[in-house]
Amino acid sequence: MTGSIAALGAGLAVIGVGIGIGLIGGRAMEAIARQPEATGKIQTNMIIAAALIEGAGLFGIVVALLGN
Amino acid sequence: MGGVSLPRILQGPMTKLNSFLLGLFLMASPAVLASEEAHSADEHAAATEVHAEDHGDSHATEHGEEKEAFDPAEVIMHHIADSHGWHLFDWNDHPVSIPLPVILYTEQGLVVFSSSLFHHDQEGTHVVEVDGQRFVNIHEKIYYASDVANEHGVYADMDHETHEVANASPWDISITKNVAALLFAAAVILLIFLPAARSYKKNPNGAPRGLAGFVEPLVVFVRDDIAKNNIGPHYKRFVPLLLTIFFFIWINNLLGLVPFFPGGANVTGNIAVTMVLAIVAFVVTNVNGNKHYWGHIFWMPGLPVAVKPLLAIVEFIGIFTKPFSLMIRLFANITAGHIIVLSLVSLVFIFETVWVSPASVLLTLFISVLELLVAALQAYIFTLLTALYIGAAMHEEHH
Repeated sequence: MTGSIAALGAGLAVIGVGIGIGLIGGRAMEAIARQPEATGKIQTNMIIAAALIEGAGLFGIVVALLGN
Repeated sequence: MGGVSLPRILQGPMTKLNSFLLGLFLMASPAVLASEEAHSADEHAAATEVHAEDHGDSHATEHGEEKEAFDPAEVIMHHIADSHGWHLFDWNDHPVSIPLPVILYTEQGLVVFSSSLFHHDQEGTHVVEVDGQRFVNIHEKIYYASDVANEHGVYADMDHETHEVANASPWDISITKNVAALLFAAAVILLIFLPAARSYKKNPNGAPRGLAGFVEPLVVFVRDDIAKNNIGPHYKRFVPLLLTIFFFIWINNLLGLVPFFPGGANVTGNIAVTMVLAIVAFVVTNVNGNKHYWGHIFWMPGLPVAVKPLLAIVEFIGIFTKPFSLMIRLFANITAGHIIVLSLVSLVFIFETVWVSPASVLLTLFISVLELLVAALQAYIFTLLTALYIGAAMHEEHH
């Protein structure tokens, strides 16, 4: 068996990030569809939320790198 | 000519962007073919990292004379990590680098010498003797050298499996590659903003032109959308700090993506750098905390008294987790981006065939463009969150 448990943990962390950012993106699309003139504000807030979620996911990656 | 129609992309006029991208791609593949024998990755397309030279050769002391297999993990970690000399390229299998000063605070005071005295040794086999003190460089950490070499030729008490070194080490305050890159980025920032500021002084009532005109929308963006929106009435005090954080992080991120000197140093991916930025945010936030801020942390309103001490402990830890997350977010984003770019370039060397290069070049190009976005986004997020924390600390209660 190649690889390590740390790599597995990193992959699991990324699942959470993927789901989270996917949800954010989906809701942002719906919101833009409802009110196209608010696109700018929605986009900005979507990017902010995505960066925060990614930050949380990167915690997991960093711990995986440390544990390896 | 039948009923088949060409796809739209081949039908319309060949736009300039399409021609450029196609030319770049076509240039990259034969260039890689030509350079495969010469072992020099310098002819890669500009979007790819250039430093993917195989450093396994210089570490061949313990493994005999044959060429080692390409170890992507080692090459990548070597490019992410800091070092005492700035390696530029390899010439005829000989590394060419800029020797940076090594400054050590030892038991006998300050010791300064050039890192070229180590002769590119990172395994601890070469001892540098300065003023009666002997030093050795193991994986870019400097230790006091042992008097005799162990069975692998290493002048240190090193466990061969775990690579843990038991020797003592002096305080290392050298000008390393990251420090030099940081100073260069600071010079770039000064070069951009000092002339811009001067042009405002010279021409106070005119419209800004040139460098000032280029920089003004960004500065106004930080001042209005980041500082004013989030800090409230006293925002003007913090605009210089937020501007510094924003442009420092952005320019260092961008320079880290440039594959050649003086770029390519992983400054914002160095956790010490991000830690200092986070400490600055932490200090500024807590120094400016008002009564309501501290009240909400230690004796928060609207809860039963029995619960308050418990939550006070949680909130106290929360004071530290916010700058900690700032530190980790920036470090991990930038380092992960560099690792991905280096891995994609390493694909060519792992498969040892030129036919991987179209895929490798395209993927690296895509990831590099994404990294440009990440560079700006991470600077924005760090600045925005710092402004938010400052604003939360100074927020006046309206009841």
